[in-house]
Amino acid sequence: MSTIAHERFEAVIGLEVHAQLLTKSKAFAPVAAIYGEAPNTQVTPLCLGHPGTLPVVNENLVRYIIKMGLATNCGIAPKSIFARKNYFYPDLPKGYQISQFDTPICHDGYVDIELEDYDKRIGVTRIHMEEDAGKSIHDQDPYNTLVDLNRAGTPLIEIVSEPDLRTPQEAYAYLTKIKQIVQYLEICDGNMEEGSLRCDANVSVRPRGREKFGTRTELKNMNSFRNVEKAIEYEIYRQIELIEGGGEVVQQTRLWDTSKMQSRPMRSKEEAHDYRYFPEPDLPPIIVTSEMLVEIKAELPELADVRQKRFVKEYGMSEVDAITITESRYLADYFESVAEYSGNAKAASNMVLSEVLRVLNEQSIDIGEFSITPQKISELIKLKEADKINSSAMQTIFNEMLNSEKTPEELAKEMNLIQVSDSGFLEELVDEIIAGNPDEVQRYKDGKKQLMGFFVGQAMKASKGKANPKMVTQMVSKKLEG
Amino acid sequence: MSVSEKEIRYVANLARLQLTEEDVENLALDMNKILGYMDLLNELDTTEIEPLEHVIEMDSRLRKDEAKPTISHEEALKNAPDADSDYFRVPKVIE
Repeated sequence: MSTIAHERFEAVIGLEVHAQLLTKSKAFAPVAAIYGEAPNTQVTPLCLGHPGTLPVVNENLVRYIIKMGLATNCGIAPKSIFARKNYFYPDLPKGYQISQFDTPICHDGYVDIELEDYDKRIGVTRIHMEEDAGKSIHDQDPYNTLVDLNRAGTPLIEIVSEPDLRTPQEAYAYLTKIKQIVQYLEICDGNMEEGSLRCDANVSVRPRGREKFGTRTELKNMNSFRNVEKAIEYEIYRQIELIEGGGEVVQQTRLWDTSKMQSRPMRSKEEAHDYRYFPEPDLPPIIVTSEMLVEIKAELPELADVRQKRFVKEYGMSEVDAITITESRYLADYFESVAEYSGNAKAASNMVLSEVLRVLNEQSIDIGEFSITPQKISELIKLKEADKINSSAMQTIFNEMLNSEKTPEELAKEMNLIQVSDSGFLEELVDEIIAGNPDEVQRYKDGKKQLMGFFVGQAMKASKGKANPKMVTQMVSKKLEG
Repeated sequence: MSVSEKEIRYVANLARLQLTEEDVENLALDMNKILGYMDLLNELDTTEIEPLEHVIEMDSRLRKDEAKPTISHEEALKNAPDADSDYFRVPKVIE
């Protein structure tokens, strides 16, 4: 397929993102919303759809979605209602999902995304509240589907974007932004692999310059950020090839198959039906008062965009470094703790950006699972600042700290890495080196100043890495230049 | 506005109801009577009137986000037509 054909087309992409809220209890019943428990143990008669049970709205469902709305510049509806979305599936015992339909609580917002060469504003059409379904297990029993209702009724928010995205990269950047915001707000852990963040994509293509949208397909089942990017890319190519080959795009839902790296149309049986939405009679409208809004606004944390600018200003960080460190709220918190304890923001950002991030990547873990505390990293920085260790020793000690409870100073002593700053000892060492290398000494005196590195290297070697290189440099230059 | 027998079969299918021919005919008659009455109501000018979603005027009543002890696993599965020791069991949904 030629890129020329691709150049002639433009994709139009909109994302629907579901975020599982980190509330203690379910959306409409006072039972724990926790995961990984034994099946059907976190349920109430309401979650089981028993007759005569009535829902009551969890206060944090409303507060958390308002936080999300404010963080994405949405309008907050003073009054919104719940609606029933009706369909039959075994993991939905009531026969309907409580959701919102034509009055979403948050509407008409936007988020700004950063791409490599440009920034872009992406519209957020709406954010609404709903409840999750249970879990159906099809592959454990050869004759039956097994149903676990622990998840039934746990709170979700659905964030619907405008069809403002044009490339898979923009979709990826937008999704990453949404994840970053929910994590900063601490309303969702943002883990796509575990399903606490889920994403469906609406994709169509049109010849460049044409305003009318092409026929769109809906992509589902993409369970990682990279898969969203890959699936959208695949779908854009598929649609362009179809049109170039004289065919037509059929409106359908397609499932992404991660193992084959391609999508297939959903069977018509699995397709969406007619949901017959109507106002939920069991729940009163949600009224958001201005007092409530003021209170929630005051609770909002500093978000990534603001924090990033502050890091550049307050710590003199480069913009790229600030973006990297603020990408995760917890990494940014970690950095700020190290900067505070050590009193040295520059060294703190160096340690976090090079050493800490390297270990997180190598071990594929989050900063929350990282074993070294900010206090200990700060002690290490202070050892270096006090000239007790040199940079290479700093790195050695850091690696040792990953598997040790000991303090950096204890480790430095144990590994014999405390820098020698005893001038008598160093003086003797430097004299020996000067006496042992007359050629280099002569060339240095003739103007080849780069040889300083050679002398310092010899001193480090002779002292097994413990000589204070700064003092050695001073001594050599004093002795050779008079 | 009126409803056809075809639409009644469609809605019945969505609601998982099995209707006889006679049911369909009777429902068409009943529903069309109701819709006829709605047409009568539609003659009223309601442009200035707020839509009413709930009969009882009432603000949001929100619940504190707290988890309370709940029914046991055995109680949860007790009324199920079929279950194993962990799960509700239903006929296989996908082939």
